[in-house]
Amino acid sequence: MATKIGISAPATGEQPVTLSNEEVLRYSRHLIMPEVGMDGQLKLKRAKILCVGTGGLGAPLGLYLAAAGVGRIGIVDFDVVDRTNLQRQILFSSGDVGRPKIEAAAQRLRGLNPDIQIDTFKTKLTSDNALDIFRDYDIIVDGTDNFPTRYLVNDASVLLKKPNVYGSIFRFEGQITVFGYPDGPCYRCLYPEPPPPGLVPSCAEGGVLGVLPGIVGAIQAAEALKLIIGKGEPLVGRLLLFDALGMRFRELKLRKNPDCPACGTHATITKLIDYAEFCGIRGEEAPMPQNNVPEITPRELKSRLDRGDDLFILDVREPHEYQICNLGGYLIPLGELSRRVNELDSSREVIAHCRSGKRSTEATVFLRNAGFRKVLNLKGGILAWSDEVDPSVPKY
Amino acid sequence: MPVKVIIPTPLRAYAGKQESVEVQAATVGEALDSLTSQYQNLKQHLFGDDGRLRSFVNVYVNDEDIRYLQKDQTRLKEGDTVSIVPSIAGGTHART
Repeated sequence: MATKIGISAPATGEQPVTLSNEEVLRYSRHLIMPEVGMDGQLKLKRAKILCVGTGGLGAPLGLYLAAAGVGRIGIVDFDVVDRTNLQRQILFSSGDVGRPKIEAAAQRLRGLNPDIQIDTFKTKLTSDNALDIFRDYDIIVDGTDNFPTRYLVNDASVLLKKPNVYGSIFRFEGQITVFGYPDGPCYRCLYPEPPPPGLVPSCAEGGVLGVLPGIVGAIQAAEALKLIIGKGEPLVGRLLLFDALGMRFRELKLRKNPDCPACGTHATITKLIDYAEFCGIRGEEAPMPQNNVPEITPRELKSRLDRGDDLFILDVREPHEYQICNLGGYLIPLGELSRRVNELDSSREVIAHCRSGKRSTEATVFLRNAGFRKVLNLKGGILAWSDEVDPSVPKY
Repeated sequence: MPVKVIIPTPLRAYAGKQESVEVQAATVGEALDSLTSQYQNLKQHLFGDDGRLRSFVNVYVNDEDIRYLQKDQTRLKEGDTVSIVPSIAGGTHART
């Protein structure tokens, strides 16, 4: 069931929608443009948009939709603001760290525009609640960050015949389009299936330029506003690619697949499915590392080092991560390990570590298979070392 | 003939960190073969065990999806740009 936490401001209801004198002043830069005008501004006031996710994409989206006077904005998120969010999630302030995102976001948006209604859904979007949450809204905007939720948002939008304004980002690159438009393609027309979890780029290649979601989210906001006022050419049937490094936009044709299982002529998806299973993921996100890998805890490592044991610390992170913090280990990035394994002495006891322990688990398995008998994985990586042994080591 | 293959950010790590690679090819299939023989680690990211292009990787010649042309048999002419466009999910980045 949808857990609707709070609804602010008077509902627009059935009565004829008009603008107060204050609102006329607030929206004057819209009203004086013929493309929006009073007609368009009243359409915005009557509009109901749902933003799934209040992170990097949701921040500019929420801010611009609220500022533009969209009468009712729903926001869905279950997460809590953490310090690493502040580099790009401009809805939040330093003082919001530790607060539920939905609360901080609603407060910010209500502060920006008290004349609109903000609906908050402090929940993870699931197959059980998506249709209930989506049903009330005209347009869905997808600002999520993982494949299962992307497919869930798509299928729910297709089933309810609602446009889905899509944006996704990776490092310096963004993809934007509008799915679910009448006769237009959907996400499954573009990508019938998600990548298996093992092939998703790992944290070693991850990260994102802080301003990138700002640009992509602002484009999503522009598309949502255009759909409401019915002006211009919507980004339907076109996939817009943005490369912030080269500072280039490219456009690719996106066709509706007649055999699409979600929106094709013989669609087989008639209800929401188990998206974790569909994406090959059980439980939360990435699959758990093999649990039979020999490990050492940070505290055990510390006491053995203090004892003067001969241990070789192998750091399998990337050089730019080593610059952030390190344990003085020998650096061989995981991706280079197979090529550089001859740099290691298999007679010595090796402690492999990374940031959180995931990459070093892979390294440990690899080295054991390569004949290294005495390899241990540092449990929890340098993050756990910082928590349990030396808080002066920064966490990232 | 020479054509440019644009490598997307998530796959650049497997293609010598390059944004694009120039290959000699008359069809899309040849272009991808040439690319993956130069960069063998790229192969598993583009093709499944059955040798077919993975369903979360799309390939375009200029702005057209090869699924709606002649797939890997699509002919290339000089100056064509082949783009590899994989599915990306990020809004923020799920850390591991």
